[in-house]
Amino acid sequence: MTGEQFVFLAVSGLTIVAGILVVTLRNLFHAALAMMLSFLGVAGIYIMLGAGFLAAAQLLIYIGAISILIIFAIMLTRRMMQAQDTPFNSQAGAGLVTAVLSFILLVFVITRLWRNEIFDSPPEVPTAIMNQIVVQLGSDFVSPGAYVIPFIVASMLLLAALIGAVYVAWPQVEDEA
Amino acid sequence: MIPLSWYLIVAALLFCIGGYGVFARRNAVAILMGVELMLNAVNINLVAFWRYSVLLNPNPNMPFFTITSGWAWAIFVLTVAAAEAAVGLALIISVYRRRDSVIAEELDLLKN
Repeated sequence: MTGEQFVFLAVSGLTIVAGILVVTLRNLFHAALAMMLSFLGVAGIYIMLGAGFLAAAQLLIYIGAISILIIFAIMLTRRMMQAQDTPFNSQAGAGLVTAVLSFILLVFVITRLWRNEIFDSPPEVPTAIMNQIVVQLGSDFVSPGAYVIPFIVASMLLLAALIGAVYVAWPQVEDEA
Repeated sequence: MIPLSWYLIVAALLFCIGGYGVFARRNAVAILMGVELMLNAVNINLVAFWRYSVLLNPNPNMPFFTITSGWAWAIFVLTVAAAEAAVGLALIISVYRRRDSVIAEELDLLKN
């Protein structure tokens, strides 16, 4: 086993173990902390794949923003967090069977389709191309030949989500009366 | 020397763990956390396929298959995840304020 494979196994093991903790921990606040750890492992996987910019974006957006938002929501609904009864609903057993069966199906498909010798190791990309990717990405987002329409749709989606979140969470005093 | 299938299997495992969280947890915030894990698994797949195919078949006639395609779609998934988290948590807080509960089974306003 080479050092690269060892690092991969360590990083993905962190991701998977933290992910299992997210769905099994009884205390929701601890589950949110495990979720941050799992996002950190995913950022490590991005770095192993040579996507350092995406790893930085993962740290900023997922760990810095989404996790903090979820922790805020947990604290605002705090009484629910320490419920004494089970954190799982009545269909937990069926859900476990479904998850395991879909994982077996996915592994079957992956080992049949993507175990080709051309995918045994990542291709050697010249450093000039790798250094150019972020610049190319920036110009692709605003060029009509590439992603300008998805880019505009994504920005409208973010604006609508911002306004919608404020509207939905606004206190509606007339309903309380 | 890491084969592509290793990344795909890790992503599939993370996806199924997140799916189990969505199926089995009672708390609505925990369900949302499972969805975030599933979106992360999708992103791992996108970036892994980008890394292993970045030099294969660069076709200028296909504008959505450039050397940046994996990154661009990963960033769009990130955007959608951020919007989904914001709206979902606003809905949960609104529901908590009205019904005093965030347990998904007790939100049966549309039943019967």
